[in-house]
Amino acid sequence: MHELRSFVALRGHGDLLSVTRWYVVRRTLQIVPTVLGIVLIAFLFVHLAPGDPVMAVAGEHGDPAYYAFMRERFGLDQSVPRQLLTYLARIARGDLGTSYVQGRSTLAIIMERVPATALLGGTALLFALVFSLPLGVVAARHPDSARDSTISAVALTLFSAPAFWLAQMVILCFALGLRIFPVQGMTTAGSDATGVHHVLDIARHVLLPAVALGAQELAVLVRLTRSGLIDEMGRDHIRTARAKGVREIVVLVRHAFPRALAPTITVVGARMGHLLAGAAVVEVVFGWPGLGRLLFSALETRDTPVLLGLFIVISFSVVVVNLATDLIHAAIDPRIALG
Amino acid sequence: MRQSIPALHSADLVPARAVPIVALQRRSAVAAALARPAGRTGLGLLLVTLTLAVVAPAFVRTDPFALSGSPLAPPTYAHPLGTDALGRDLLSGVVHAGGASLLIATAVVLVAVACGASIGLLAGYRGGWIDDALSRAIELFQVMPRLFVVAIVVALFGPGVDRVVLTLGLTSWPILARVVRNEVLATRHIEFVVAAEALGASPTYVVWRVLLPSVLPSAAVMVGLLFGQVLLTEASLGFLGLGDPNTLSWGLLVGESRGFLRTAWWLAVFPGLAITVAILAFNLLADALSAALGGR
Repeated sequence: MHELRSFVALRGHGDLLSVTRWYVVRRTLQIVPTVLGIVLIAFLFVHLAPGDPVMAVAGEHGDPAYYAFMRERFGLDQSVPRQLLTYLARIARGDLGTSYVQGRSTLAIIMERVPATALLGGTALLFALVFSLPLGVVAARHPDSARDSTISAVALTLFSAPAFWLAQMVILCFALGLRIFPVQGMTTAGSDATGVHHVLDIARHVLLPAVALGAQELAVLVRLTRSGLIDEMGRDHIRTARAKGVREIVVLVRHAFPRALAPTITVVGARMGHLLAGAAVVEVVFGWPGLGRLLFSALETRDTPVLLGLFIVISFSVVVVNLATDLIHAAIDPRIALG
Repeated sequence: MRQSIPALHSADLVPARAVPIVALQRRSAVAAALARPAGRTGLGLLLVTLTLAVVAPAFVRTDPFALSGSPLAPPTYAHPLGTDALGRDLLSGVVHAGGASLLIATAVVLVAVACGASIGLLAGYRGGWIDDALSRAIELFQVMPRLFVVAIVVALFGPGVDRVVLTLGLTSWPILARVVRNEVLATRHIEFVVAAEALGASPTYVVWRVLLPSVLPSAAVMVGLLFGQVLLTEASLGFLGLGDPNTLSWGLLVGESRGFLRTAWWLAVFPGLAITVAILAFNLLADALSAALGGR
């Protein structure tokens, strides 16, 4: 691997493109062991677990023939390595098994919930981005000033507050106290609004959970933007711009800001797992019909196929998002591919 | 060859002046961290948290499980934080829940430090295919959604402190391993390490006495952040009812408040505030230490 890389590098700077292409191939291949590891861990969970899923579904003191039928139906009568292979082959086909409780495809059950969580997470990220970037710029403009200290302190407090608690606090303030927003759900109960009114209804419902979920991302991004900008402001190209008489705010926003923004992509990608974990508790507080609520109900009914399906789908999406952010980062900054 | 040089002392390996400087730097980093406003505030909040969780239980004698007042009573002199739906004193609950949350977090961090430091040191020091393999392992454990993994473990194996600690510990180490590995890779070929090896120091000696001290500062920052993260996840588990049902924890108290948000705001506000203060303390300390070490 190293020889190949130096060989590629030896061919000179003109071939930066092939270095990048090599990086893309190498980085993409790296996800293979990770993906296999996830499947293996999911499989181990079920087989190390005590208790019998057939008993859980069919109930005790039943007909042995019925138990045998259920065992065969779910493939539980085969050897463990055989079951692992079957499991792998199934997942490769996109088949995550059948829910013990609902009796239908786990993947379908999970996919039904994805839009709600995507809407919640997307709105939360948008909220975080829209507010964090200007706040970060304001804080970085005069480091260690009163304004900077206040912004940093608030950001660190938001970073420390649990999402489920923030969710309850925004409900107390804005839904129960000021009565501006609805307390729960994704749409108004009993409402048959369509078109624009339906969209507005959902927008009104998504705002509070998105703020509660986005608060921590906001905090991370404020800190990142601020430190990135302060680093950038010490560089030569900034000194040159200042020497040319460019106004300070223009230096900050036009010269330093775009370069300080690059790590943001990586961090947003790397925090995908945190975002989904936060979404899980926020969804439970707000009764939001997404993946978190699905996790909660699957826990109560011991629906292992759904639990494992969630584990696999979420892990896979984190892997894919990490890959995408790494590739985007390498496209922006070719030094990554060389390093 | 390596065994042929007897009785190596650290003074033989490192230039005479370097030892006090390294020691001095480490001591002054802690001092500099605590001299910063963030460090002082963090230390203050940590003391508040410890007082609340460790000292206060000796003074707040009300049994957190005893029915001691009318149900859902707002804060009064007799019950400064109010009572819950069964008339149990919330102050007593918050005070007695703290110990469990902090103990679990400490145990998790210990597991994570043990795994993360050894794997990071091994990967960074050995390099080659070992590093490649361990890096894949780090990535695998890093992409696993911690909350969902613990949820599955609790659902499959039943609730219990032991499995929560183990699962959280075994899924929390990657970030630490990554930092340690990168730090080792960065120091691996600096003169004082090469000099120690040239003098015949054993790999164990190089790792424990030469590399580990230089990794400590950045690892300490990570441990502080990790503490906050683990407290957060532990609280989320308690909130979702996945913690040990027989142990009071702050997350559990907030979780129990879920049905009473409309009628009893105090049930959600105070335990959540305690969690936030505890996590903020660790984040502030980590922040101050990181700033004192030259980061931002």
